[in-house]
Amino acid sequence: MTDRTDIRAMVQARLAKRYRAEGRFRIFGILAIIAAISVLALLIGSIASQSLSAFRVNELTRSITLDANRVDPAGDRSEASLRRGAYNGLMQDALRAEFPSVENRGDLRQLFGLYTPLNSARLQNRVLADPSLVGQTIDFTFPISDDADRYLQGLTTTSQEMAPGGAATVSATTGEVRITADTDVFSPIVADIRETLIARASQLENRASRYEARATATVSAEAAEGLGREAAQARSEATSLRELAAPAGESVNMSPDLPSRLVRINGGVVQIDRISDGGRTAEGRVLVALDHTSTSQDWSIWTLDIPQSARRILDSQIVWTETLRERGRVVERFNTYLFTNADSREPELAGVLGAIIGTALTMLVTMLLAVPVGVATAVYLEEFAPKNRLTGFIEVNINNLAAVPSIVFGLLGLAVFISLFGMPRSAPLVGGMVLALMTLPTVIITSRAALKAVPPSIREAALGVGASRLQTVVHHVLPLAAPGILTGSIIGLAQAMGETAPLLMIGMVAFVADAPSLSLGGLTEPATVMPVQIFLWSDGAERAFEPRTAAAILILLALMIGFNAVAVFLRRRFERRW
Amino acid sequence: MADSGNRTSTVYHDAARNLAAKITLDGVDVFYGQKQAVHSVAMQIPDRSVTAFIGPSGCGKSTILRTINRMNETIDIARTFGSIRIDGEEINSKEVDPVLLRARVGMVFQKPNPFPKSIFDNVAYGPRIHGLATSKTELSDIVETSLRKAGLWDEVADRLDQPGNGLSGGQQQRLVIARAIAVSPEVILMDEPCSALDPIATARIEELIDELRENYCIVIVTHSMAQAARVSQMTAFFHMGDLVEYGPTEDIFTNPHQSRTQDYITGRFG
Repeated sequence: MTDRTDIRAMVQARLAKRYRAEGRFRIFGILAIIAAISVLALLIGSIASQSLSAFRVNELTRSITLDANRVDPAGDRSEASLRRGAYNGLMQDALRAEFPSVENRGDLRQLFGLYTPLNSARLQNRVLADPSLVGQTIDFTFPISDDADRYLQGLTTTSQEMAPGGAATVSATTGEVRITADTDVFSPIVADIRETLIARASQLENRASRYEARATATVSAEAAEGLGREAAQARSEATSLRELAAPAGESVNMSPDLPSRLVRINGGVVQIDRISDGGRTAEGRVLVALDHTSTSQDWSIWTLDIPQSARRILDSQIVWTETLRERGRVVERFNTYLFTNADSREPELAGVLGAIIGTALTMLVTMLLAVPVGVATAVYLEEFAPKNRLTGFIEVNINNLAAVPSIVFGLLGLAVFISLFGMPRSAPLVGGMVLALMTLPTVIITSRAALKAVPPSIREAALGVGASRLQTVVHHVLPLAAPGILTGSIIGLAQAMGETAPLLMIGMVAFVADAPSLSLGGLTEPATVMPVQIFLWSDGAERAFEPRTAAAILILLALMIGFNAVAVFLRRRFERRW
Repeated sequence: MADSGNRTSTVYHDAARNLAAKITLDGVDVFYGQKQAVHSVAMQIPDRSVTAFIGPSGCGKSTILRTINRMNETIDIARTFGSIRIDGEEINSKEVDPVLLRARVGMVFQKPNPFPKSIFDNVAYGPRIHGLATSKTELSDIVETSLRKAGLWDEVADRLDQPGNGLSGGQQQRLVIARAIAVSPEVILMDEPCSALDPIATARIEELIDELRENYCIVIVTHSMAQAARVSQMTAFFHMGDLVEYGPTEDIFTNPHQSRTQDYITGRFG
């Protein structure tokens, strides 16, 4: 027999162990929370940092004279006539006025590449909204092309500008010119280019040696032959690079796969094509006309580190954009297009408004279908239905439905709503119906749990004073279960709001350039929703869609948080009213 | 039913026979699924008096009580057979609407269960759903009268808009009684109304029951022998689903005819 002191000692020994286990459990819990929060912070932080450039946009403001002859060809200010106006021509003329020296077709095309012609539709809409503008000169602001925008935001290339000192003279103000400096200021460029060329040549030679080694090692004659060809090609490329770099009297030709060199002098910009005369002379063409040709002490050499062939924006376009910024025509502002426009092929005009309206309409349909049907089902099963095999079978199947992959609901929607019922594709109505099917099980299960949690004494009390079953449910049980039902419904709807897969099946993945109208009619117009918009943008060809994808993710997250905040608020309200 | 043949028959005291009955039970059987909870109970319950049902746990006394307002029907598996009459009118038939019946037969439960609404709304709920008041003032009158009858008016008159479940346990139970009498029932059923209350609150409820006796037919289920002796005029002793003995309370407690009653009352079992 153990006596009392023994028992105490045994309990004490176990007690220390029990407390240690509790302490360990707490530490694990805290670690888990820290890990979760830091991963979440990392995720949101990286998305936010990627999205930054999407929230800024460079806009060009230019005064445009709405010449009546060109805007209103019929001269009657009618809508039909105003629609035939040459708005893009006006915009082109306005831009040409900035750079009168740009004349040949190729250069003009590059200049007009600084904005998308889609902007002319915006100008047209402005005139259509107010025909009295015809004949006036207005300030029109539009976003510059995404490539120019990315350059101005410093995302395309790094650049340096340095003043070499000494005097320089340019032969003309436009066209092909020769810049003559009093010393060999251009020779560092020549040396730099040679170094680059030689480095590239030796890289090619190394590659050729590797191929040759592999060719001798391989047993297959065919493979050896192929490798030999590759090696020979690399060697010949290397040889030509070395020839280019050969010191033939301190002169060198520029090429698009070398960093670009530009000269700023006398208020203009010259692109260097060739350096000769021992680094004293540079030849090139004028991109922005010079003010005069007198000798200048105050000039600089401007280097764009990424070669022209490796970026989507030409030297000329960079120079013009930079010049427009210097003249105050181009200003970086908050990107409102992201919030006021629907989708567009051009990133600078693309926005999420269409997707937000589509989401709102889709969610409206989902909510109107899933919540009443789901709650009614839950109330019937929980409060009225007899507990028998049939209701048991239904219950099992509802639980199974909650686990069905969402794409299956999309297939169902395609087969039933679109093929069988002939409802429109890409419409929020069908999307909402599909998502409602997907959300129903969640709403039913959570609502049933909420109803189950209402104490039976309340039902007895109501029945005891003579309330009917329906009165008992409506007056007493439902109000008490409302916070739980609300939470469940919101969880279900939030899940539906982030769903992409089922919507792909019913065609909501289409490119929709017009926001659906925020009305009943909008329910059958083609639309897309936020997650699908994100999916589309993530696949976008233009680099500028990358930050916009991240921005759209942030907007969707913000919408979700807002949605949940409303739910929490409503829940509090309901609970306070007991 | 099947096995009721080998059961002892009920002993009725003289005063329990042929009394002016408000409620008459005749051959009442209650089944929960396959299990029979009440065996062929027959008794008459007088008006304007308190009848106590006593007996050990699981003896069927609550089940019998709940047949009188057909609350058993809310349990899926429960079935009730036999005749239950109030003022000679059969209530255990499909033709009688249970909702209507429950307006005539109020019920107070073991645990105070006020609605999570204001004190006023708790009492006004019954009159509202039955349309007993045509105007707001009439409704307020009903609420005030009911609360006065339940002896709660003086305590809550100045806070009728506050939640009913903010009151103390004893107050809540009196609120529930007020809610029951607000629909002017003829019968009030009480299922162990004091088991969740302290002695002071219990005493207050017992006083109230005594006052209510003047106007209502009250049936109370209790585990407390002393309470049965204090508040009731008639006592019925149940055991294993049988009504064992039924008579005036004084008789049952001082001169039980059955040994089982004697054993239970003296605390030898149960």
